[in-house]
Amino acid sequence: MSPLSIECTDLGRVFRSRKRRQTEEKTALTDVQLGVEAGELFGLLGPNGAGKSTLIKILATLLLPSSGQAKVLGLDVVGQAGSIRPKINMVSGGEHSGYGILTVRESLWMFSQFYGLSSRESLRRIDELLAIVGLDKDAHTKISKLSTGMRQKMNFCRGFINDPQVLYMDEPTLGLDVGVAKVIRAYMREWMEQRPDRTLLLTTHYMAEADELCDRVAIIDQGRILACDSPTALKRRVGQDSTLQIEVAGGNGFSCLAGMRGVKRSAVTHRPADGRTDLSIILEHDSAVPMVLAALSEEGAGIVSFKKTEPTLEDVFLQLVGRKLTADADAAEQS
Amino acid sequence: MQTLLNNLRAARARAYVRVIGTNRELSWLVFDILLPVLSISAYIFIYKAIGAPEEYGGYVIIGGVMTGFWLNVLWNMGANWYWEKQTGNLEIFFLAPISRLSILGGMAVGGMFQTSIRAMSTAVLGALIFRIPMQVAHPFGALVAFVLTLVALYGLGAMFASLFLLYGREAWHYANLLQEPIYLLSGFYFPVRALGFWVAVGASVIPLTLGLDAMRQLVYPHHGMGLLPVGVELAILAGLCALYVGMAGAALRTMENLARREGRLTLKWQ
Repeated sequence: MSPLSIECTDLGRVFRSRKRRQTEEKTALTDVQLGVEAGELFGLLGPNGAGKSTLIKILATLLLPSSGQAKVLGLDVVGQAGSIRPKINMVSGGEHSGYGILTVRESLWMFSQFYGLSSRESLRRIDELLAIVGLDKDAHTKISKLSTGMRQKMNFCRGFINDPQVLYMDEPTLGLDVGVAKVIRAYMREWMEQRPDRTLLLTTHYMAEADELCDRVAIIDQGRILACDSPTALKRRVGQDSTLQIEVAGGNGFSCLAGMRGVKRSAVTHRPADGRTDLSIILEHDSAVPMVLAALSEEGAGIVSFKKTEPTLEDVFLQLVGRKLTADADAAEQS
Repeated sequence: MQTLLNNLRAARARAYVRVIGTNRELSWLVFDILLPVLSISAYIFIYKAIGAPEEYGGYVIIGGVMTGFWLNVLWNMGANWYWEKQTGNLEIFFLAPISRLSILGGMAVGGMFQTSIRAMSTAVLGALIFRIPMQVAHPFGALVAFVLTLVALYGLGAMFASLFLLYGREAWHYANLLQEPIYLLSGFYFPVRALGFWVAVGASVIPLTLGLDAMRQLVYPHHGMGLLPVGVELAILAGLCALYVGMAGAALRTMENLARREGRLTLKWQ
């Protein structure tokens, strides 16, 4: 087992504010237990206000916990913040860091200087990162002239500038168009694969993002971690099976599917209009997919389209919380 | 050694923003060159009208020179964390493994670049337009007084910064309250001794009070309107430098811990 990069024990955070001589309390985190191993791309999935950002800010040493303990790379976030900071970085979705009067390259250089990089090394790294996210042509554009997506790409580069050992990404693709989000996700995965001792903690309320990227996901709601496992294992909890939807041309009877190992049930629907057949095959496990395809080929069926549907993290969230995560996100976007 | 180097790099980077901003937005030249001359004009005309010695005009010019530094300390350095919170940089600065003083130090140096241009133009234009003799009798001493005043003043500014970190908008009101009274208490446009000895000594907790008085005595040594002997004033200023810079470091650490506890580094609405 890898050493823990992030460790939370009974972690809690309460915000107190005074209004009209009365103290109001809002509990943001309650008894959070969490262990993230070195090398993991770990996701925190939950609706707005679930406590994701509060947890990240405690781990980034910007906020003190009200109770419990949190450690990053074995160092306590309360008493050893100064030793943690050189090894971490954080990017928040929609942040507006930097100064409008500086260019992209100048702004990233400024932030790099806070981590003790030489100007030569930092400019080399900046050019490399800007090329990765496709912002190299705008390196000399003033920040005040950047679009939201370009600005978020720049923020994203800032997070990697000191080559942190632990990186926190708080909703990094929030409000970005599909293309930009795709580039950012691809680089996160690539960055993790470059070195085994890196850790990336991602908060998101996009299920597909968590599912696509994360080795493990913790589902958080109202300050509590409700479940923590790999996306596959979490989805397995829901108890639904994988279903293959295959459209074929030709073939005869498809009796080969009945009783095939790994196939739970199958349904065959012929379409007289175009002579094609729709097959719905419920699998016990994914390893049966190659056998099914081979059997269809032996039947002389040509595959026209192929789709595998699985339970999603949305289903997991629904089962755990009793409401849909997307409903929260939609409500937040409308408000 | 590496820590010092990292902090110097951070200070240079923060200063760069101020310097580059000065070069890229030249509109400030109009405000920072013409308006200060206008503001000292009123006082110089009064002194001329009542037939005061020429040196009084020089006193006003020296006060006008230092006004820019006071405003810079109060609104740019003191309010620095407030601005950074509004613009979204505060979290990133506090996430970085550097001394908070290095950011404020960079801010101070960068700010001094712009303010020095204002100060020089006020001195030169004031002396030329109103034909006021400005032969500095003891240039080295005046330079020492100037440097000590700035170090103590920016140390005080860093202490203000820690208040802004915790109190945000409330600190803004306090800064507003401080601006004009300090013009009076520190004797920006008149010899501070005119306030009475003990009031002037009390006002000496503001480094500008003794700094202005020492510089005036070193520029016009025969005028005899000084509060304390120059040597004493410079020694007190050196003490204020150590006190304020040391207190600023401690205040920033304390306020940062309080801000982390209360969530004020991360909440934008405060």
